[in-house]
Amino acid sequence: MLAYPFMVNALEAGTTVAIMAGVAGWFMTLRRQTFAGHTLSLIAFPGAAAAALAGLPAAVGYFGFCGIGALALGRIAGSTQGHASESAATGTLQAFALALGFLFVSLYHGILSGLDSLLFGTFLGITRGQVVALVAVAAVTVALTGLAARPLLFASVDPEVARGGGVPVTALGFGFLLLLGLAVAETSQITGALLVFALLVTPAATAHELTSRPWLGIALSVALALAVTWLGLILAYYSIYPVGFYITSLSFGGYVLVRVGRATVRRRVARPSFETAH
Amino acid sequence: MLGHEFMRNALIAGTFVGVACGLVGYFVVLRAQVFAADALGHVAFTGALAAAAAGFDIRVGLFLATIAAALALGGLGDRARADDVVIGSLFAWTLGLGVLFLSIFTTRSSAGNGTAGVRVLFGSILGLSRHDVETTAALALLASIVLLVLARPLLFASVDPLVAAARGVPVRLLGLAFLALLGLVAAQAIQAVGALLLLGLIAAPAGAAHRFTTSPYRGLTFSLGFSVGSVWIGLMLSYLIPTLPPSTMIVSVATAVYALSLTRWRGRSRRRPARATPASATR
Repeated sequence: MLAYPFMVNALEAGTTVAIMAGVAGWFMTLRRQTFAGHTLSLIAFPGAAAAALAGLPAAVGYFGFCGIGALALGRIAGSTQGHASESAATGTLQAFALALGFLFVSLYHGILSGLDSLLFGTFLGITRGQVVALVAVAAVTVALTGLAARPLLFASVDPEVARGGGVPVTALGFGFLLLLGLAVAETSQITGALLVFALLVTPAATAHELTSRPWLGIALSVALALAVTWLGLILAYYSIYPVGFYITSLSFGGYVLVRVGRATVRRRVARPSFETAH
Repeated sequence: MLGHEFMRNALIAGTFVGVACGLVGYFVVLRAQVFAADALGHVAFTGALAAAAAGFDIRVGLFLATIAAALALGGLGDRARADDVVIGSLFAWTLGLGVLFLSIFTTRSSAGNGTAGVRVLFGSILGLSRHDVETTAALALLASIVLLVLARPLLFASVDPLVAAARGVPVRLLGLAFLALLGLVAAQAIQAVGALLLLGLIAAPAGAAHRFTTSPYRGLTFSLGFSVGSVWIGLMLSYLIPTLPPSTMIVSVATAVYALSLTRWRGRSRRRPARATPASATR
């Protein structure tokens, strides 16, 4: 299997993406920004389509649109009060971005083959240059997240107290969305706009179910994302079905197992408190 | 424009879809379940492709998948309001399944029918037949009537679930019923605007209506008007400029309405601006 260069590239790219997505996803789940993360990952699609239409390299489109999207989402989160209007604004932004993407693709006339690979990625067609770029971006993202980890954690768990303690909560929120946009833009070049999300949310959600300690949680999230990516790539290598299917199914299977396991443990322990009743 | 059969079909189907989306969307935004609606759109994509891969009518897959997923979301989440991590995990997986079905489908039918994926993702309102229109209209009408019958208790349960439960309103059951209804509306809206653009008709008009007024029945009317108006104007624009796909234009108009609502709203003292939107100007 490792004799083929395309498989080595795919494994290296998958490892990089998994580490980055595991870290960024853990914070995303903690901050309850799943919907924002999903919207960001879909914004990558019109970005790529616009770049193709304008004859620019796809990376320009990915990074440009994800950056703009992150700024817009940050403004939405800052300006609106209440969850209801925030989610309506995010949803509108997402639908509009996708509508633009469809417009660009249909103007470009490259519809069928191009559309599928933009949305679902080409994990097995990764070049050496893409791997190098991916590693660089991942290093920047993970390093920045690591530097900002403590204040970001504080600001995510209790924004009011963090603000009182002098933590720049709003700036951190913006910064995190930009980082997330960077991670998503890079990842979706490999996995496609629709499947980034599987690596961002599911391993992180499983880690949150297993432990509430931050460092252990991040490590678990990364480990799960890695395991799922490797297994998915290996399974896809030995079968005819797409890698996206294996990665999403494995991570979702893990999530369901952990939830079911926790529920049975909780029932067996049967603590006499009201919170466990639901 | 009305001389063309496909245009008449599109307008009739679009009107009914708009009515249902506007009504259901108002509650979706009120209950902050936009993400659930988004997930249902993606689930529908998988369902439709599964049906295509198995050789059934695509619509069977659409309706089965959305309603089953709506019930699953309600069952997994607390108090029939699924939280966003559950939704995210579930639909990341269904997208993976969708890719699987897409690959099965495209390898099996190598020639000819390769556009099914694109049609489901981005809609095909101009390709509806007379029969499609009748089914769509009947289902949309059914969903709208059920929703209006449930409107009062649903409003109560959405605004203050605890008090509603104390007064004997079946909050959990209502939540499940609402999600199932949302699944139904999503499935037929997908035929018009596609799985990926569904949110444009559900979130944008309703979001704008919520910014214009807090009164529920006026809000429902606004939401309905905006969404039907978006469908009409979008269809007209794409008829006049054939390079622009209809689903893109419908969503763009809806987004424009929402953007206008953001700029027009300056506190509660001003009465609702009747001239504010293109949607209300056409009626």
